[in-house]
Amino acid sequence: MSNEAAEHTGRKLTNKERMKIPRHGMPEQDPLERAKNFLEVPLGYTPEMAIEEAERCIQCKNPKCIEGCPVNVKIPQFIFHVAMGNFELAAHALKETNALPAVCGRVCPQEEQCEAVCTIGAKVEPVAIGRIERFVADWERASGKISFPPIAAPTGKKIAIIGAGPAGLTCAGDLAKLGHAVTIFEALHKPGGVLVYGIPEFRLPKQIVDAEVQFLKKLGVEIQCDFVVGMTRTVDELMNEDGFDAVFIGTGAGLPYFMGIPGENLNGVYSANEFLTRVNLMKGFEFPNHADTPVPMAKHVAVIGGGNTAMDSARTARRLPWTEKVYIVYRRSSVEMPARKEEIHHGEQEGIEFLLLTNPTRFIGSNGWLVGMECQKMELGEPDASGRRKPVPIAGSEFVLDVEAAIVATGNGSNPLINKTTPGLTINKYGNIIADETGKTSREGVWAGGDIVIGAATVIKAMGAGKKAAAAIHEYVQTKK
Amino acid sequence: MFPIIEKNDLAAKVFRYVIKAPQIVKKAKAGQFVILRLHDEGERIPITLADWDVAAGTITLYVQAVGKTTIMMSMMKAGDSLMDVVGPFGIPSNVEPGKTLVAVGGGFGIAAIHPIVRAHKLIGNRTISIIGARSKELLLMENEMRAISDEVRIATDDGSFGTKGFVTTVLKSMLEKNEPIDVVLAIGPVVMMKAVSDLTRAHGIQTLVSLNPIMMDGTGMCGACRVVIGNKMQFACVDGPEFDAHAVDFDLLVARQKMYSPQEKISLDIFEKICETQEHRETAAW
Repeated sequence: MSNEAAEHTGRKLTNKERMKIPRHGMPEQDPLERAKNFLEVPLGYTPEMAIEEAERCIQCKNPKCIEGCPVNVKIPQFIFHVAMGNFELAAHALKETNALPAVCGRVCPQEEQCEAVCTIGAKVEPVAIGRIERFVADWERASGKISFPPIAAPTGKKIAIIGAGPAGLTCAGDLAKLGHAVTIFEALHKPGGVLVYGIPEFRLPKQIVDAEVQFLKKLGVEIQCDFVVGMTRTVDELMNEDGFDAVFIGTGAGLPYFMGIPGENLNGVYSANEFLTRVNLMKGFEFPNHADTPVPMAKHVAVIGGGNTAMDSARTARRLPWTEKVYIVYRRSSVEMPARKEEIHHGEQEGIEFLLLTNPTRFIGSNGWLVGMECQKMELGEPDASGRRKPVPIAGSEFVLDVEAAIVATGNGSNPLINKTTPGLTINKYGNIIADETGKTSREGVWAGGDIVIGAATVIKAMGAGKKAAAAIHEYVQTKK
Repeated sequence: MFPIIEKNDLAAKVFRYVIKAPQIVKKAKAGQFVILRLHDEGERIPITLADWDVAAGTITLYVQAVGKTTIMMSMMKAGDSLMDVVGPFGIPSNVEPGKTLVAVGGGFGIAAIHPIVRAHKLIGNRTISIIGARSKELLLMENEMRAISDEVRIATDDGSFGTKGFVTTVLKSMLEKNEPIDVVLAIGPVVMMKAVSDLTRAHGIQTLVSLNPIMMDGTGMCGACRVVIGNKMQFACVDGPEFDAHAVDFDLLVARQKMYSPQEKISLDIFEKICETQEHRETAAW
C-alpha cells in the first residue's frame, strides 16, 4: 500500500466528514480507443480510491443495503475492512455470502439494489458499493491470497446442478461448502452460462469467470461440460439411476424470440444469442487468426431492442474492425429502456446511434441477403399492461435503414429441453418452471431457479435464486430418508 | 477429451472416424447427431451419427473434408483426441412397424440414412436403400447398407455401377412402376432432397428429410439453424433435424447454408497457406 493510502487507513471521521467526500468516479478506457478493442472498459479503483470511497460509508445502525442485495452480502462489514485497509478481511466477509464477487462487482445493477437503498443516498450520492466490491475481488485474485471457506464434513449426499450459469454456480458453491458432493452438468463446452456466451469480454473478462469457476472446483465441485441434460441424460436418470439425491435446474432463458415480421430469415438477421455466442464464447472477435468460428462481417448494423442484451450486442458490433456504423432501434423512448443507464451511456460515448421510438416492420433482402430494414416511427400512448406507455405507430412515417446486419435482441423464452423430458414438472404458459420462493418445483427433490423460473432477468437475481435453493436442498437431503 | 479409435480414408475426401464417447452411446438413437469441436480455438460442427457400438462405447461418423475444420480433422490420426463431442441431439427418427421404407442416400448422406434403415429393419419393416455416387469407386457403405436392406439399388453418375444417373433416377422409375412404398427417407445434398421431395409429392407418399443448416449450440439457444416448415419457423436442432419434406422451404435452406460462405473461404485460405508453409519447412528439413 502507498503512503497516501496508509495515511487514510482507519481515519477517525465524523459522519458529516464522511458524507463530504465526493463519490469516486470509475477510471475508464477512453471511448474512442476502447471502441476498437475488447479490453475491459472500467479500469477499477486503485487501493487509495477504494479506501476513500469506503470511508464514505457511515456504518449506519440499520443497513438497508444488505436487504437490497439478492444474496445479502454483509456490505457494511466488508466496506469497513476496506476503509481500514484490510483487504484480505474484506474479501473474507464478501465471499461469505457471494461466490462470484468479481462478477457481481461488474455486472450487478447496484443502482437498483444495494446502492438504491444506501442511507447516505438520501442526502448525497450513495456509496459506490459495486466498485468497492470489484476492487476487493480483483485485489484478492491478484494477491493470490485466495480465502478458502471452511468446508463441512462429507454428508454422502449427491446433488446434480443443471447448467453452469450464475444460478447453478452459486447453488453448487453453497452446497459444496455444506459438505455435499456436487456435480454441475453443462451443455456447452465451457462453464459460465450467460457469463461466457452472453456478456462480452469488455464488460466481464472471461479470465475472471474462469477464476471464479476454478475456485468452485477447489471447493470440490465437479463440472461436466458437453453434457446436455434432457439429451445425454434425463433428470429421471440422474435421480433414479445415477444416485443423485436432489437436482437443481438452472438452465436459463435460452430460446431466442424473433419478431414475426417479413424477411427475418434472410442472411444477415441474427438473434442476439447467436451473435453474442459467436463473438464471446467462440471468440469470434479473433476470427480468422485465433478462432475458427465465423462472425457476421457487416459495415452497418442495427440492433433491435432496449435491454442490456441489446447494449451488449451493439457495443460488441461496434468493436468489430469492419463495422462502421451501429444503430440501436428501440420502439419506446429512452425513459422506458430496460438497459442499465451506465450501459446506455457507454454505448453513446462509443458512437452508437440510438433510434428511439422506432420499430422495424420488415427486413428487405436481395438474393437472400439483408440490405435494409424498414422502420416506422412511434409515439407513446396510454400505459400498457407493463405500466409503460405503449408505443403507437405514426402513420406514413416509414423509412428504410441501410444495414447488412440486424441483431434481434427482443428477449428470450425458456429452453424446452428439460421440460419436455421431465414428466411431472409443472410449467407455466411461457414455458417457465413453476417454483416456490425456495425454488422447489412440482417434482420431489427437484429445485429450479434463475431465468428458467422468472424469465430473462439479471445475473444477481439468478444467483439469489441459486442461494435460496441451496439452503432448501440442504435441508431436504439432510432429512430425506 | 474424445479419442479417435479408428480412422479410415474413404472415397472423395470422406473419412470414417470411430470415436470414444461412452455417454453419448448410452442414448444414441437413429436420426440423431452430435456436435464436435477439435481444439480450443475450434468451431462447433454438427455431424449425424452413422453408427455406434454400445459395448465399445464408440460412435461412428463420416465426415467430408471440405472446410477448415473438416480438413483439419482429416489430418488427425487414430490415437488423437477431439476436444469436445456432445449429444446426442435432435428428435430421433420416427420408426413405425408395418411399413415399406425406401431410403435415398446421396454421397455421404448414406452414412446418415444407415442407422434409420437399420432401425426399420430391426422392427421387421421392408427396407429398400437407394444409394449413389459419381462413380463406382466413390460409393460409400455398400456392404453396410446391404446388411440391413432387403434390397439395395445403386446409381452412379457415370454408369460404372448400377443404374446410370442419380439416385432420383432410380426412385423415379420405382414410382412410375407403382412399387409399394409407405415412406421415403432422403438424406444428402439439399438439391437431392428437394428433387426427391418433388418426385414423391405427386404420388402422395410420406417423405422425410434430415436438414443440415448451420448450427452452433444444438440446444435451441442461438436460432442459427432456423428453417421454415409449412410457413412456420422451426429450429432444426431441437424441432428436427427430420421434417416432412413436402413442407420444407428448401430454397431458404440453400440460402441460409451460405450465411458464412465468405468467412469460411477466408478461414480456409489462411489455413491452406499455413499448411503449404509447413510442407515447405518439412521438405526443407529433409
